[in-house]
Amino acid sequence: MDVSIALILLQDGIVNGAIYALLGMALVLVFAVTRVIFIPQGEFVTFGALTLAMLVDGRVPGTVYLLPLLGLLVLLLELIKALRSGVWSSLPKVLASCVALPLLLLWATRAYAGPDTSLWVDMLLTLLLVAPMGPMVYRIVYTPLAEASVLVLLIVSVAVHFTLTGLGLIFFGAEGWRTPAFVSGQLELGFMSWSGQSLFVVGTCLVLIVALWLFFGKTLYGRALRATAVNRRGARLVGISTGMSGGLTFTLAAAIGAVSGMLIAPITTVYYDTGFLIGLKGFVGAIIGGLASYPVAAAGSLLVGVLESFSSFWASAYKEVIVFTLIIPVLVWRSFHHRHTDDEE
Amino acid sequence: MIAAKNRIALWVFVAVLAVLPLAGATPEFWITQLNYIGLAALAAMGLMLLTGVAGLTSFGQAAFVGLGAYTTAYLTTKYGASPWLALLVGLLLTGGVAWLVGLITLRLSGHYLPLGTIAWGLSLYYLFGNIEALGEHNGIAGIEPISFFGASLLEGRHIYFLIWVCVLLAAWASSNLLDSRPGRAIRALKSGANMAESMGVDTGKYKIVVFVWAALLASLSGWLYAHMQRTVSPSPFGLHYGIEYLFMVVVGGSGSVWGALLGAALILVIKDQLQNLLPALLHTDANFELIVFGVLMILMLQYASNGLWPLLAGWWSRIIGTAGSRRGLAAPAQAATLAQRARPQAGVPVLEVKDLRKQFGGLVAVNDISFSVRAGEIMGLIGPNGAGKSTTFNLVSGVTPATRGEVRFMGESISGLSARSIATRGVGRTFQHVQLLPTMTVLENVALGAHLRSQVGVFAGALHSDRAREAQLLHEAARQLRRVGLGDYLYEQAGNLALGQQRILEIARALACDPVLLLLDEPAAGLRYKEKQELAQVLEQLRDEGLSILLVEHDMDFVMRLTNHLVVMDFGTKLAEGLPAEIRENPVVLEAYLGGIDDDLPDDIRGAAAAGEGA
Amino acid sequence: MLKRLSATAAALAFLGLPFAVHAQVKVGVTLSSTGPAASLGIPERNAALLLPKEADGQKIEWIVLDDATDPTAAVRNARKLATDDNVDVLIGTSAVPGSLAMLDVASEFKVPMISVAASAQIVSPMDDKRRWAFKTPQNDALMAGALADAMAKAKVKTLGFIGFSDAYGDSWLNAMQQAGAAKGIKVVATEKYGRTDTSVTGQALKLVSARPDAILIAGAGTPAALPQKELKSRGYAGLIYQTHGAANNDVLRVCGKDCEGMLLPAGPLLVAAQLPDSNPVKKSAMAFVQAYEKANGAGSTNTFGGHVWDAGQLVLAALPTALKTGAKPGTPEFRAAMRDAIENVKNLSASQGMFNMSPTDHSGFDERSRVMVKVEGGKWVYQPDL
Repeated sequence: MDVSIALILLQDGIVNGAIYALLGMALVLVFAVTRVIFIPQGEFVTFGALTLAMLVDGRVPGTVYLLPLLGLLVLLLELIKALRSGVWSSLPKVLASCVALPLLLLWATRAYAGPDTSLWVDMLLTLLLVAPMGPMVYRIVYTPLAEASVLVLLIVSVAVHFTLTGLGLIFFGAEGWRTPAFVSGQLELGFMSWSGQSLFVVGTCLVLIVALWLFFGKTLYGRALRATAVNRRGARLVGISTGMSGGLTFTLAAAIGAVSGMLIAPITTVYYDTGFLIGLKGFVGAIIGGLASYPVAAAGSLLVGVLESFSSFWASAYKEVIVFTLIIPVLVWRSFHHRHTDDEE
Repeated sequence: MIAAKNRIALWVFVAVLAVLPLAGATPEFWITQLNYIGLAALAAMGLMLLTGVAGLTSFGQAAFVGLGAYTTAYLTTKYGASPWLALLVGLLLTGGVAWLVGLITLRLSGHYLPLGTIAWGLSLYYLFGNIEALGEHNGIAGIEPISFFGASLLEGRHIYFLIWVCVLLAAWASSNLLDSRPGRAIRALKSGANMAESMGVDTGKYKIVVFVWAALLASLSGWLYAHMQRTVSPSPFGLHYGIEYLFMVVVGGSGSVWGALLGAALILVIKDQLQNLLPALLHTDANFELIVFGVLMILMLQYASNGLWPLLAGWWSRIIGTAGSRRGLAAPAQAATLAQRARPQAGVPVLEVKDLRKQFGGLVAVNDISFSVRAGEIMGLIGPNGAGKSTTFNLVSGVTPATRGEVRFMGESISGLSARSIATRGVGRTFQHVQLLPTMTVLENVALGAHLRSQVGVFAGALHSDRAREAQLLHEAARQLRRVGLGDYLYEQAGNLALGQQRILEIARALACDPVLLLLDEPAAGLRYKEKQELAQVLEQLRDEGLSILLVEHDMDFVMRLTNHLVVMDFGTKLAEGLPAEIRENPVVLEAYLGGIDDDLPDDIRGAAAAGEGA
Repeated sequence: MLKRLSATAAALAFLGLPFAVHAQVKVGVTLSSTGPAASLGIPERNAALLLPKEADGQKIEWIVLDDATDPTAAVRNARKLATDDNVDVLIGTSAVPGSLAMLDVASEFKVPMISVAASAQIVSPMDDKRRWAFKTPQNDALMAGALADAMAKAKVKTLGFIGFSDAYGDSWLNAMQQAGAAKGIKVVATEKYGRTDTSVTGQALKLVSARPDAILIAGAGTPAALPQKELKSRGYAGLIYQTHGAANNDVLRVCGKDCEGMLLPAGPLLVAAQLPDSNPVKKSAMAFVQAYEKANGAGSTNTFGGHVWDAGQLVLAALPTALKTGAKPGTPEFRAAMRDAIENVKNLSASQGMFNMSPTDHSGFDERSRVMVKVEGGKWVYQPDL
């Protein structure tokens, strides 16, 4: 291996690592506020990528049917809650966001989807189709389990992952898809030549780290979200709605997922089950960050990407063994630096 | 302790299991399903102990199943070894690997652990698939069936017996284990590890014990799988199966061995029925099984987030009438008392604290404090809130490391020793925030305190050969409970007690350690007047027996009456030390508690005010 | 009184129902329509649904189950089909490990099984267990032989290999090494990659630096496009060959221009319309293509679907012979009769080739079951001279 090959591998590792980092940070985000280890984040990425791919191909993606279905479920649950408590004030908002919006999107997609629609319109549509799924999933699945242990929340997340993967198979089929790059061209940076698209991916990752760090550190909403994670009851006592926190977090996560999916669709083939493995590698990064720190989670994911790239050169058959075995010493090292409190449950 | 009716139910269950394959009318596929359920139940049972009871989430159980399966596949096909020998080798190998892996990954705290298990689980899986001698991804085929004293266990109906005998033995051994001394230690791992260390439990060792136990059960399951299916390939040992075992544990009911069996049966039966029902119901070519499975799991967990076994067990106990209050049940049988420590002579300094200091960054919580406790005396540590009293306690008992200073116990320096070593030397303690195991009975919680006084190991616990020693421990626990006045509540669940009673339970538990020095952190908090009187009587009696007590309290009346000696702290510094009567008059103390007394006030009012403030 | 009588009569009739209905032939099919091999299993399932429900007045029920590419589930399905459903023939499964595991079930319950997985290991070496097993996909060795011939014609001496890190990749590596050795072609570099990997940069770099005359990509479905694109972008100028796993239109869709000039062996059904009329397989291949595209859309033809179609053809061809022995469907005698009948199928044209089964050869294909195909202008073009 000479320097030029090493540099190419490094570049490949950074781009892959940036993809994992996007997932890892979303996982940290969701865990930090809701204590849910959100395994299905990979599915949001997949849904984003594949919805866009189908729109670009001129077809109507199955996601447009899923959204109204979820919205209907939320409406039903909110109706039952209103009947029990007698509080009907939240219903108009629910009707608007869970019934009107999905139906509007359904009509719009069927009317305008075609091979000639501009890529940017397709991307906007994809974002609008996938992002609302986040808070709906939160309301349907996680709100009744708000007080459950982290293990139960993890298992429920796996169940959600199964459901979404199964839906993905039906909507998008077993074969993969790619989309055309929306940032074309090559750029000479450092000693290597980067494709415009991969620079965009890395750039977005950096922007996201900064944005999340600013949001949670400096804004009131961000601090409110953190408060919910530290002490739910205390946060409610000072007026922070846990429902709002959860909904906002999941919206952010789904939006980040959709954007990540749209970013990676041009540079790699995305399948209905791609989400699991890249989610797993993002999870590694998130854990290295202690499920608390965004920069460290991103760094951890980058490490995984680079390790993977180099080991696929050295011994491609054993690539996964090398990556996952080398993670263990990193975890041991991180674990010593991190004081674990017993009352985290 | 199983009620007689539960035992009957168990035997009926076993009888039905035994009869099913013998009856010709039983459909063959039922037998096949039961075989698969048995295999899964074995692995799930191990995982139940590891994750459900000890709280160590592991995704790697399937990899250990693979180790057992591949070992026997390799040895029996390559070397024609007997399957029974291969079982032994497999158990040893899996146990060894688990021990090594456990040494490294069980040090990982919190969320690092599940990821560590995913990491080595995946590594093992990819290793299986890449080693040529193991047939790479095609695996090994043509494995011989097991033969049992000449009878070949080829048919499903025959290997059924072997599988279910193993399952029932594993359930028996695991239940025994959980009910014994090592079992209590394991049950403390999930939510009370800090507390357990203060009782002398070596939590590190027990984590590895339960990890290896789970791995051995998985290995057994793998051995049976290999000889039932007669081919092995890497995919049943990958992450997806690891996740499925976790599903079984959580859906079945965390904490119960039978819950694992229920979870295994439920998941496998649901998956099978979905295959049957969905095509008929939905009339579509698309595959909805995974989706419906996911939705069903979500609904199940929303309805019963503690798993389904607790629901089932609760319903059953309501039917047979064992539900309801457990008060007043008979105490455990008489047994020989445990060996007791020699108490030091009265007046000998038991605890000497010298220039003890604790800094958290820039905050000085304990500021060079010095005092000593003598044998046969009750010493009080008082001060306003935030004075550093509980921190001092934690420093003395080894829970928190000191920044500087020395602590000597019975003349021996214990600075820097772990909580466990200090407990071994004879220091018992209670905690400011009650640290009990709420799902264990009162008796078992106190028996945990007596952990160091017996030597029952894992095998003795699992094989139930520890009956005599266990009786001793339970008898001791009952004795301490009667002593503190909780004799009626022996079999009540500890979480059901009122807070005041829980605090007294902690004292009983500390007494079960047979301590020379007892550290009590606010023992009277939450007690009514009468209860405080009774507690004071108990403590006085303990003092008369030669026990030394160091207690932190806020109730001045209680403290003044009970203690021989007082130390007053504020802002981490010692303000005053002396007899209760002296402290009551001490102006510095009054200043700290009251903010000073007006010099204009007449003497008698000043004295009355001081006494009144303290009550 | 009357009500009770009629209720009892209805109940009795229901009880009697299974016995009456059992005159129909049942075929149990287990496929991987979810999981890693879904891109094989879904077209296979689509093809299974096209098979006729009746032949020569005899009703046939095809029961299709999914095993999610898990050998344990495949075995469980096979057991269920053989015992609960009492099928007469088993078809399945899509991937090799599951098919190997099913061998024990087939021989234990004495049910003939027709596998749709690629490895020759399923049917050879012939022994007591494999007596009951047949397979319809061309052996990897047959396809590798075609490739080796084509490579020899292109004067290739050194070969690089990159394949799936699973049973498919493993067995192709073996087959290619053997076929290549026969023609003096040496495999000088071997790389593996995962189906859902997002990049194969490392592997591509390693292959390119070994400078082989040609590279073989052994993947199935659209993941086969990834190395092709990567090699092209690394500037590899040699020949790139693929396996029949890449023979579907989705691969072309994802690969785009990078797949121009790609060479691969395939079953004749891929280019059925381009075969000369004299080709004995043309008519039966066209029959499959038309039936499949009618149900699933134009251009949806998938060679994996052809394997299940062919299994169905074997069953249909064997059925009259088995019925003539007088055995009734649902009995062990009928299963044995079906096994014997399938074993004696001769000159049966199917979508992938011509079957000639024998007691020693349960695969039954010869050179007529493969053709070389090149991608030109985004279309599959038959190469008769390769």
